Amino acid sequence: MNALSSLVVVLLLAGVAWVGGALALLRPVFGLAVPGLAAGIFLVGVATRVVGWARTPVPFRIPTTCGQQRSLPWIKASWIECPWTRSGVVVRMALEVLLFRSLFRNTRGAITTEPVAQGHGTPAAAPEGFPRAARLVYGEQKWLWLAALAFHWSFLVVLLRHLRFFLEPAPALVGVLAAVDGFFQVGAPVVYAADIALLAALGYLLVRRSSDPQVRYLSLFQDYFALHLLLGLVATGVLMRYYVRPDIVAIKQLTLGLVTFAPVVPAHVSPLFFVHLFLLSVLLAYFPFSKLMHMAGVFLSPTRNLANTSRMRRHVNPWNPPVKVHTYEEWEDEFRDKLEAAGLPVERE
Amino acid sequence: MADQTPSPEQLTQVDYRPKGKSWLDPHVEFRKGTYCYSAAPKNLTYLGLPNPRQWQPFDQDWKLPPDWKDIILAGMKERLDRYRSFRLFMDICVRCGACADKCHFYLGSGDPKNMPVLRAELIRSVYRRYFTLAGRLLGSTVGARDLTEDVLKEWFYYFYQCTECRRCSVFCPYGIDTAEITMIGRELLTLVGCNINWVIEPAANCFRTGNHLGIQPHGFKDSIDFAVDELEEITGVRVEAPINRKGAEVLFVMPSADYFGTPHYYTLLGYLALFHEIGLDYTLSAFASEGGNFGLFTSHEMIKRLNAKIYAEAKRLGVKWIIGGECGHMWRVMHQYMDTMNGPADFLEVPVSPITHTRFDHAASTRMVHICEFTADLIRHGRLKLDVSRNDHWNVTFHDSCNPARAMGLIEEPRYIIRNTCRTFHEMPENTIREQTFCCGSGSGLGTDENLEMRLRGGFPRANAVRYVRDKHGVNVLACICAIDKATLPPLLEYWSPGVDVAGVHEFVGNALLMKGERDRTTDLRGEPFASAKEDRAHA
Repeated sequence: MNALSSLVVVLLLAGVAWVGGALALLRPVFGLAVPGLAAGIFLVGVATRVVGWARTPVPFRIPTTCGQQRSLPWIKASWIECPWTRSGVVVRMALEVLLFRSLFRNTRGAITTEPVAQGHGTPAAAPEGFPRAARLVYGEQKWLWLAALAFHWSFLVVLLRHLRFFLEPAPALVGVLAAVDGFFQVGAPVVYAADIALLAALGYLLVRRSSDPQVRYLSLFQDYFALHLLLGLVATGVLMRYYVRPDIVAIKQLTLGLVTFAPVVPAHVSPLFFVHLFLLSVLLAYFPFSKLMHMAGVFLSPTRNLANTSRMRRHVNPWNPPVKVHTYEEWEDEFRDKLEAAGLPVERE
Repeated sequence: MADQTPSPEQLTQVDYRPKGKSWLDPHVEFRKGTYCYSAAPKNLTYLGLPNPRQWQPFDQDWKLPPDWKDIILAGMKERLDRYRSFRLFMDICVRCGACADKCHFYLGSGDPKNMPVLRAELIRSVYRRYFTLAGRLLGSTVGARDLTEDVLKEWFYYFYQCTECRRCSVFCPYGIDTAEITMIGRELLTLVGCNINWVIEPAANCFRTGNHLGIQPHGFKDSIDFAVDELEEITGVRVEAPINRKGAEVLFVMPSADYFGTPHYYTLLGYLALFHEIGLDYTLSAFASEGGNFGLFTSHEMIKRLNAKIYAEAKRLGVKWIIGGECGHMWRVMHQYMDTMNGPADFLEVPVSPITHTRFDHAASTRMVHICEFTADLIRHGRLKLDVSRNDHWNVTFHDSCNPARAMGLIEEPRYIIRNTCRTFHEMPENTIREQTFCCGSGSGLGTDENLEMRLRGGFPRANAVRYVRDKHGVNVLACICAIDKATLPPLLEYWSPGVDVAGVHEFVGNALLMKGERDRTTDLRGEPFASAKEDRAHA
């Protein structure tokens, strides 16, 4: 249901953009005003969210430790998984952000009644009548990690390749990136590996979300919406690159005009481009209000970005309030008779 | 165990495919065996907590204050402004589902709302409705829910069906920690008086007498004296166990179960033997007679209130530093909260072992050292005479307790001690130990008998791994460093993996320790004959 309705919404958005791109009157709106506004919402929105998080205190030092602590010098401590230095934290965060380290741990647990495979050890006899059948087993589960990694990295590559639409002359890096990305030299125009990876990864994530019983159960409208929006964005891009070649020169005029604040809307720009641009605008404007903010949030996560130095260095809670405690004096007053009878020392006789 | 307890065959009929209605429907069935009873009014009153009254979760009317909704929403607002963790974790979850089957309660129950992501969504949906634009405008379309009594009841059910073990946060790509969500969720429930007695009674006891069990100072002394007598009977050595003694070098703080429960008690005997043998200048305290802190399962404020006595007592007694015993959640508090809440401990000194002169720089600010760190250092320096054959009747595996593993990183120290005191040691499978360890299923105050079915379900992943090493290697004892583990794992293992005992790490130390002037020992601290003694008898 959520999958379908979010698809309909994205298709409607695409339809609106198509009409807007086809009507000369609306082209400045969809070509200039909407993208400009979306970019503004994105920048202000993301900044507001990040500042909001950053201004919220971290009252306690609560890293999730995933390795041996630094304690005694002869015990090998895990400087990345349980960091106690700034560089350890930086590497831990880098692994998390660049390689999705935690997601790489993923396993799949299931209860099975298959017979137990005999190990090399000496199996002790299980007590009489004890049911051996049902047991939990865990399987490798790296597909989610792989798809997530493929999606994020190829999206970044595609985004960087797009710099050629916004910078004149295009930076050398973009040329190198495009050359590497098109390394396999398949087809004409050359097929970019990142485009394939992006489509495949998004496809996997969508199929997984809608077919895995657990993930489907917990998925919301916005989870499918983000995927459909991205798929629409990528699909229109792929269409324009490989099938319906639009007037690139005209498009570049428009995009350069946008970033140099000298807006122009050339004629001859295909409505398909307007769909692409509009879906991007929706993505940008939607971004700050959505779960996509994990992009910035991951850097602020207190279970990952704090060093496990809780006992080494004092962490200060800015709002540490006074609380009602039970003092020793009150305690001694209540139990004085018993303390004395038991021969335990007291402060006041 | 009660007669109506389902059989293992029944409990392992778990279907992980969610069925029926959308999770947005908050209705919960309070089925016997899957929830804990409400907090008794006298305990709430003693602690000055809101809305003390007679009620039970299965009642239709929870007797909430008339303005309960405003209280909860104001409480949420306040916490969103005070905890970056809470605010961020409300905002950035992408619902990838990687956490789903990492939760022991989900693995054992198949209830979709036990997937950590949905546990958080229970509160996130309310956050959306009242604190985000999209949620206010679009409502249930974007997963926003009105805060209703049914939602509150659902919170109660599921936030008291999470043991704050942090396993999911290891797997989350953003480190979203359900323990944080559950802690805040329980704080909010506390604001309107929806607590469980198994948490609030120990907290009230602890506030009054100094420990969870409500043992008064003379009772504390009796327990310790009894342990001293018992240790003398076993070893022939009379040890000193001073209480409230001023001017000692070290204050030793342990969970109260160590001097009142079994198998904890054998761990206590181990501590006492060890401290005597190395001549440690220490004192116990009848006031700081609890290291554990059920405030952690109530609210941040309650953590601070119960924890205050540790530094206060260290200061009063004039000790130089503190050693803490084997306890899981206690060490989460000591490691991650105590210094921030009740420090600075500038009246103490940076801990230095008087025996080995090792300076514990990793505790330079908090000035409290874990007993396993202390003992591992002693063994490393060859300061203990150990006869490992005295533990030959044990075939050991080690259960990492959630908090030392995932909130501290105390992983190798206890293993080092076990390897140096026992000859047979086998690890459980990789993804069930260290940072990926499974909870006992009864942590965070859920270890009560009325909740037995849910405990057995939640404990299944742990017990399953124990059963694996029992069958493969003949393991017969599960070592751990947590008082809740020691209390709740024995019935759990008896149910899922019979034939495996539970022991503290310092029990092995006490068994192996060769004490000056000891008699010819034939039994371990439990009074069980050593393996060698058994053989002798067989040969005789």
